[in-house]
Amino acid sequence: MIDLTGLETRPAQTWGALRLVPLVRREPIVDLRLHAKVYGDELSVVSLPDRTSYTAYVPHAFVATWSDDDTPAAAYGTQLDRPLRSMPVRTRRKMARRVDRKRLRFLPLHLAVEGFLALHFGGPEIAWEEWSREAISHGLSPRVEDAYIGAEVRGLDDALKVFEIYPGQCGLLLYAADSLACAFVVPHPEDYRTLHPTLVRDMYGELIYDYALFHPAADFPAVIDDSQVSSPADLRAQAERHEREWAEFHDSVMAGRLLRAPARVEEVYRMGRYTLSRFLPGFERKVENHIGETITDEEGRLAYLKTFRLSEAQIRRGHLLSTLAEHGWSMRDTAASLRISEASLGMRLRQAGFGHLLRQDVLDGYRKQVNERTRRTRRDGAASPPA
Amino acid sequence: MDTYADLIECEDVLLFANAAITSTGQREFHSAAGEQRLSLDFLHRYIQGNYPDLYAATLALDINDHNAALIIANLLGQRGGAGDGRLIAWRLGRMSPPRVYRLFQGLRRDGVNNRRTRALIRDWLAGRPDLAFDAVKYRSAVKSAVRHAHLRPAGELGDFLFAPFSRPRYDTPVLEAWRRAHYDKKALYELPYTVAEGFAARHGINRATFLERIAPRLTRLERLRLTESAAGDGVDTQADLAAMPLVRLASYVLSLAADVRERRREELVGALRASAARAAGARAGTWGSVAAVLDDSFSSFGSPVKRRRPLAVALACHYLLEALAGSYRGLWLSRVGDPLRVRPTGPTPLGRRVIDALERRPGLLVIVSDGWDNAPPGLAAEVLRVWRRKLDPEGEVGIVHVNPVFDAGQIEVRRLSTLVPTAGIRDAEDLPALVELARFAEGRTGLGELRAYLAERAAGR
Repeated sequence: MIDLTGLETRPAQTWGALRLVPLVRREPIVDLRLHAKVYGDELSVVSLPDRTSYTAYVPHAFVATWSDDDTPAAAYGTQLDRPLRSMPVRTRRKMARRVDRKRLRFLPLHLAVEGFLALHFGGPEIAWEEWSREAISHGLSPRVEDAYIGAEVRGLDDALKVFEIYPGQCGLLLYAADSLACAFVVPHPEDYRTLHPTLVRDMYGELIYDYALFHPAADFPAVIDDSQVSSPADLRAQAERHEREWAEFHDSVMAGRLLRAPARVEEVYRMGRYTLSRFLPGFERKVENHIGETITDEEGRLAYLKTFRLSEAQIRRGHLLSTLAEHGWSMRDTAASLRISEASLGMRLRQAGFGHLLRQDVLDGYRKQVNERTRRTRRDGAASPPA
Repeated sequence: MDTYADLIECEDVLLFANAAITSTGQREFHSAAGEQRLSLDFLHRYIQGNYPDLYAATLALDINDHNAALIIANLLGQRGGAGDGRLIAWRLGRMSPPRVYRLFQGLRRDGVNNRRTRALIRDWLAGRPDLAFDAVKYRSAVKSAVRHAHLRPAGELGDFLFAPFSRPRYDTPVLEAWRRAHYDKKALYELPYTVAEGFAARHGINRATFLERIAPRLTRLERLRLTESAAGDGVDTQADLAAMPLVRLASYVLSLAADVRERRREELVGALRASAARAAGARAGTWGSVAAVLDDSFSSFGSPVKRRRPLAVALACHYLLEALAGSYRGLWLSRVGDPLRVRPTGPTPLGRRVIDALERRPGLLVIVSDGWDNAPPGLAAEVLRVWRRKLDPEGEVGIVHVNPVFDAGQIEVRRLSTLVPTAGIRDAEDLPALVELARFAEGRTGLGELRAYLAERAAGR
């Protein structure tokens, strides 16, 4: 469960197909702040407290110079304090010179997505003989998934530009055609202000891209029942009731799936009173599934959250992988639990793009078995058509 | 009794008037320049096609120069000669000269050159107080206009425009100064600022020295515009803030950083009050109790080409209403108490603030907002509906919504509610007239009155 205590839902703002729901903190968290490096040259405009009094965090894929030598590196997964895990980023001289000093730099999208997924999916722990050598030594990495950069999602750039940030706003839930695209929460409003424009550089699944293209969203207009009103005070009460109802509806219905989402939570790092964890969904098919990273305090209240919504195909793949992992990566047990034959499981893995994980001879064997069976079931035993 | 067609006509004309007051074809917060122009162009064609006489008559209203120029260009280009020549001439007289010259250039580009157009250009040029000065300041524009209207300027001016170096010297001082400025550094200080600036660059004159010596030649607006940059060079342009139009002054105040506003508080507030008192004139203090809900949400930033324009209009209205009202209460959406500290930030909780304002039952409530009510969306409309229907059915509290932004998507200024009249606003000085015009939008007065009003305005010109 994701605990949104301390964050209040405010009325949404819509633009085209997108609905942006702001989350506001009455009291900002002051002892967890964005790493000063993220503010870069603009350090003077924000009032960061003394370095010793807060824990710093660095968002995933943020690029900065962390080491003494001058090479930039990207944070690999969201990190507390200082990126312990980072990937050096090699840029050609020409590119490096073009970089705007004031702009926040994040990894290019495809790298960010791959890294994110690699973090979430390990690989077979038991070296069953079916798995290829590569799968065992390197896990499922590099997992390549398709995602769209925010700038490609229709209207997102304008939606973020005309969005009116609330005072004290620390988070945003972004809906495309009323289906949750991503959730983003930070500890402090100033951090939010800094990172708000970077949402357009963020990654979104194919589903979001499609929804934004075809399904406009409408405002939920406020409705006041005038039979209940006999004085301005009643009017005010009605207005407040409307806002309360919206917040309840949003938290329980619109964001409900996300808040109930995490099926597996992996604690990654602990620092001071904060815990960084990553979560995976249950990979239930045909519903929303989000993967993400959270930072929570000792009482489990949310300080930082960043999610990525999986597409239908990704959910299917995730479902396969998680079932495999559940059964210790044993083909036989997994096939049994899915109530299919081992060979069809092999074929399903291949179709999901995991063919390279299985040893080539094993895969060939599976293919033959499946083909045999189709031939046998075909009338007059004709050969299967060429693939 | 008005027919249905009359009502539609009345509504269309008001819609057009609102658009013509607010839209300048520039980028706004929610729409790009192209969308604005497209939308506006449609409206012009629609009104001109359906109500040609009313289209010409709207020139008498306080529409902005951009739209006035468009209307004049369309009228002149129209076959059969629609529109009252005197009204057009009167409107040209109120426009700034560069804009009129731009209009003439546009007519030339579009190939509009009928007898009426030529006569209009001739008369306008003849009415200029100092055409030689214009010829120096707007050289290519004057040349183009003269050529387009088939005129032969008398004496030196023709030579100056078409063969400037054919004479060894000019008798007109400003033309002679222009000739000498080519080689004499001293002569350029007798030229208008925009022309002198080019010569100064050519002679390599240091900016501080140039500003120091050109200062007496600056126009009123140039003084205001150059205040900050000249101060960097240690030059005081001596802008007379109190003499500025209210919205322009408000724009200037909003361009200053918070600490500068605080430091110069007395001077700025004094200037704003003086300008507002001038705009209020004899009406000062006659409006009874007035409340205003003023929009300082993030969208009041406008756009990079109209920086903080909606916010400046709100600030100007604040001071003007303060001057007009007997007792006044200004409510900013962000709940800042001090109008000098407003900045465009945060959402637009219009509904709540309207409740705050109505609670004390003022005589008049003025809402200055771009109409993007989003926290929560539609609450303001509901509040106004319930107020009008349930809490104040007699309409004791007059409510007017003035909107400084034209919404390209809806092809009108965004309304809050059908029960409350919405009027476009450009200059705060027009506010009293707009409150007057808003009567028509409320549906209590019909087309007959509207036509009479337009005729009266046109006759008064």
